[in-house]
Amino acid sequence: MTLPLFFFYLFSIVAVASAFMVISARNPVHAVLFLILVFFNAAGLFMLAGAEFLALILIVVYVGAVAVLFLFVVMMLDVDFASLRQGLLQYAPIGAVVGIVLLLELLLVAGSFVISPEVAGASGLPINPNIDNTRALGQVLYTRYVFVFQGAGAVLLVAMIGAIVLTLRHKPNVKRQDPNVQVGRKVSETLEVVKVKSGQGL
Amino acid sequence: MGLGIGLGHYLTVGAILFTLGVFGIFLNRKNIIVILMSVELILLAVNLNFVAFSAQLNDLQGQVFALLILTVAAAEAAIGLAILVIFYRNRGSIAVEDVNMMKG
Repeated sequence: MTLPLFFFYLFSIVAVASAFMVISARNPVHAVLFLILVFFNAAGLFMLAGAEFLALILIVVYVGAVAVLFLFVVMMLDVDFASLRQGLLQYAPIGAVVGIVLLLELLLVAGSFVISPEVAGASGLPINPNIDNTRALGQVLYTRYVFVFQGAGAVLLVAMIGAIVLTLRHKPNVKRQDPNVQVGRKVSETLEVVKVKSGQGL
Repeated sequence: MGLGIGLGHYLTVGAILFTLGVFGIFLNRKNIIVILMSVELILLAVNLNFVAFSAQLNDLQGQVFALLILTVAAAEAAIGLAILVIFYRNRGSIAVEDVNMMKG
């Protein structure tokens, strides 16, 4: 067994085992942590396939942002997760049937398909082995796929604005700074000059 | 790829991860957080297939597409969790069967 094959089996076994733990863990915090493990191992699989940039982006985006967001929400919501697990096994048999049928179909397709030779030869965007993966992706992302790339940026912008608009709320009875009022203040409204005769006081 | 790792290896792992994601939706049908995590697993399996075919066919387009899937998945997780947070704020629960305010 070659070393890459050994690492492939290591990454894939750990990824599949952790994916199983994600869906079966009692504690959702553990589920999120197992999800992070799945992403790390999938990054290893990407690396073995030669997609170094995607592997590292997977770690940065998924582990650094998405999984932490999940962890944040799971810990912020005070939910009784035990009650959510009631009736867990009620739908397990039908889920298992659907899952096994789906798996068998997918494996049947994965094991039996052939790539037509004219497709295999006609690569739309051949990978140049002389330049590294990140540079190759950058060269097409900013030229050939620039509109798609800008569209992805727009999707992220809409998601960001949407998430802020959805979760922002103004509580009453909280003192806030209002620059309009601050700038609009006039001396005549705030300062009163009083003539005081000497020896009398106010 | 090469070095003993074939396309079938990657497709098998992708198929197993996809199935686990689908099974997770059935298994945790009350807990919407775990359902969202299962959707992330499904998207990861799809990405794995794209990258495997990209390496096999020597075509960079698969990796570009996988990058776009990654973007959309991140946006989906952010919006989904934001909706989850405001739903919890309004109802004090995240059980899926309580989501009936719109009487759909």
